[in-house]
Amino acid sequence: MKTYKQVFSELAQANRAALIPFFVIGDPDLDTSLAIVKTAIDAGADVLELGIPFSDPIADGPTIQKADIRALKSGMTVRKALEFIRNIKDHKDVPIGLLMYYNLIYQYGKERFFRDFHQAGVNSVLVADMSIDDADEIYDAAISAGLDTVFMVTPNTEPARMKLIASKTTGFIYTVSVLGVTGSRADLSDVVEGLIAKLKKITPVPVCVGFGISKAEHAAAIARAGADGVIIGSKIAELIERNLSDKGKMLAEIAGFIGKVRRAIGNSVAKPPNESFDPAQDGFGGLNI
Amino acid sequence: MKYKGRFGDYGGFYVPEVLIPALEELERAFYRFYQDEQFVGELEQLLRDYAGRPSPLYYAKRFSEYVGFKVYLKREDLLHGGAHKVNNTLGQGLLAKYMGKTKLIAETGAGQHGLATAMIGALFGMETKIFMGVTDIERQSVNVHKMKLCGAEVIAIEGGTGTLKDAINDALRYWTAHVTDTFYLFGSACGPHPYPTMVRHFQSRIGKEARLQCLEKIGRLPDIVVACVGGGSNAIGIFSGFLDDKNVRLIGVEAGGRSLSSGKHAATLAAGRVGILHGAKTYLLQDEQGQVSETESVSAGLDYPAVGPEHCYLKDSGRARYVAAQDDDVLDAFELLTKMEGILPALEPAHALAYLISQKGKLDPETIVVANLSGRGDKDVSIVERCRPLED
Repeated sequence: MKTYKQVFSELAQANRAALIPFFVIGDPDLDTSLAIVKTAIDAGADVLELGIPFSDPIADGPTIQKADIRALKSGMTVRKALEFIRNIKDHKDVPIGLLMYYNLIYQYGKERFFRDFHQAGVNSVLVADMSIDDADEIYDAAISAGLDTVFMVTPNTEPARMKLIASKTTGFIYTVSVLGVTGSRADLSDVVEGLIAKLKKITPVPVCVGFGISKAEHAAAIARAGADGVIIGSKIAELIERNLSDKGKMLAEIAGFIGKVRRAIGNSVAKPPNESFDPAQDGFGGLNI
Repeated sequence: MKYKGRFGDYGGFYVPEVLIPALEELERAFYRFYQDEQFVGELEQLLRDYAGRPSPLYYAKRFSEYVGFKVYLKREDLLHGGAHKVNNTLGQGLLAKYMGKTKLIAETGAGQHGLATAMIGALFGMETKIFMGVTDIERQSVNVHKMKLCGAEVIAIEGGTGTLKDAINDALRYWTAHVTDTFYLFGSACGPHPYPTMVRHFQSRIGKEARLQCLEKIGRLPDIVVACVGGGSNAIGIFSGFLDDKNVRLIGVEAGGRSLSSGKHAATLAAGRVGILHGAKTYLLQDEQGQVSETESVSAGLDYPAVGPEHCYLKDSGRARYVAAQDDDVLDAFELLTKMEGILPALEPAHALAYLISQKGKLDPETIVVANLSGRGDKDVSIVERCRPLED
């Protein structure tokens, strides 16, 4: 199973940030959702962020909430999500980070949840409604199941707390670019560059940035600012919502968008380009490593 | 955070990282000011002159004769705004002022907390936004209008069932994006730490007064203290005064809705399982996987799938007992108290009265019961009119 470490070090050599799309598993229904995620992988996703839908997603804005509702209405369950992940891993071995609300893990049973999902091919589980203060409640169970850890840092996180978070992170730091919930925003937040720089000073752990990133230009700017990965969620849920009556168009638009972001990131290297790497030849099929 | 905010294993602060600095700031401010002489003095004066405290303890003679034991009503319904909510909104509002915050947000179910927040927003000249589910807006339109008259903006929440849970979701989301200048004035003794502790503190006034009034008026402590429980702020407020009096039985009455077996209710402690919602580990109405259930109750103020963490702890430890009253019995209780005492109870405390009616003839006639009449029923008249049309 491919690890975060492998992917980030390969991408560092290629001098490119990781493209990390987010999907609600089962949005708008199980089969379409599988097709969407496979399309995204084929269009160049390096890592996947997947969420199991929850009835009360307090860290999410209206777009992802609607995606959760669509998925729940179509019958998505935690068990079906396990199958879904196995199916994705059969398609291609890309690292998968789960994005969860704690109650679903708690009801399934922490130890069992981490073990089952790691066995299915998950690399990490980020709990949206759990801060580093309560991380002990899940940390040991996650580590002993073989998972990497991912925690969030936000624009209002104090430096001492950033260090604490970094010290507990083995996967990557999920850096929230804005104060607020998930959702597309017209402009990129002006605090994000400073935030990346601050984190880079205190930790060698990869820094990935999410929330509010809706355009290829945003992704490029974040990559230029030195981020190791760019996470895009609401924009893709929007493309799903907008094309519910035409699945073919839905898949084409998602593939087109992910390809476009991938090209933008490829052309926006933070450091001087590696001579052996030519972004122009790096098509939609992912890096040939 | 300085404290864990736990009641046994319940409570805590299960929130996204982005909210932690705001909760830390709030915790710091609360512990700095809640015993501060100036803060306490200012709050005392407001509770007296603005809210109308102390609220009377009233012996409901005819109601007592009907049920066959002695019932005293703690008249929180007589407070300004018509409910106990003002105790908490004055406390937190003053804290917001001391913290230098200029904007208030709040969630509301029945609209009582929304109104009590809108009043305080007007009083302190703070910009106020009230988050309220569309179902609740429809069934509590008078309170919505009152909030607007106080100058508050009422934000209609479409999500979920359009009730209290959905209003809290969106208030939390809004707060996440506006943590720097906005104070979230939480209405019940639930949510993430420090809210359960803070709301309990500001509502503990009810229990302190009631205990003292019992000793002065009756010459002894009551045998039973009963209150309705949604999130549980009025109940924890009155229970807190009697927690150390081991002979005083504490009974919380939840919303039994149509019936517990129908699944259409909001009786969290009676029928829920431990889980995590809105920042706290709590009993929760949920399906097998952990998706939060839709609740149903004739009373908007109790229509909530979680409950304050201290109540969870009191249930497990056996110090308090929790029962449920069904909508039909609640409406009976509403009519009965109104007919016998000329007092319109809100549908929320009518749950506590419904429990007392269910005990008719079962208790010793000398039994003394204090029921927290947490709000007045004017806001519910149109609901009662619809459910129980008068015959001409």
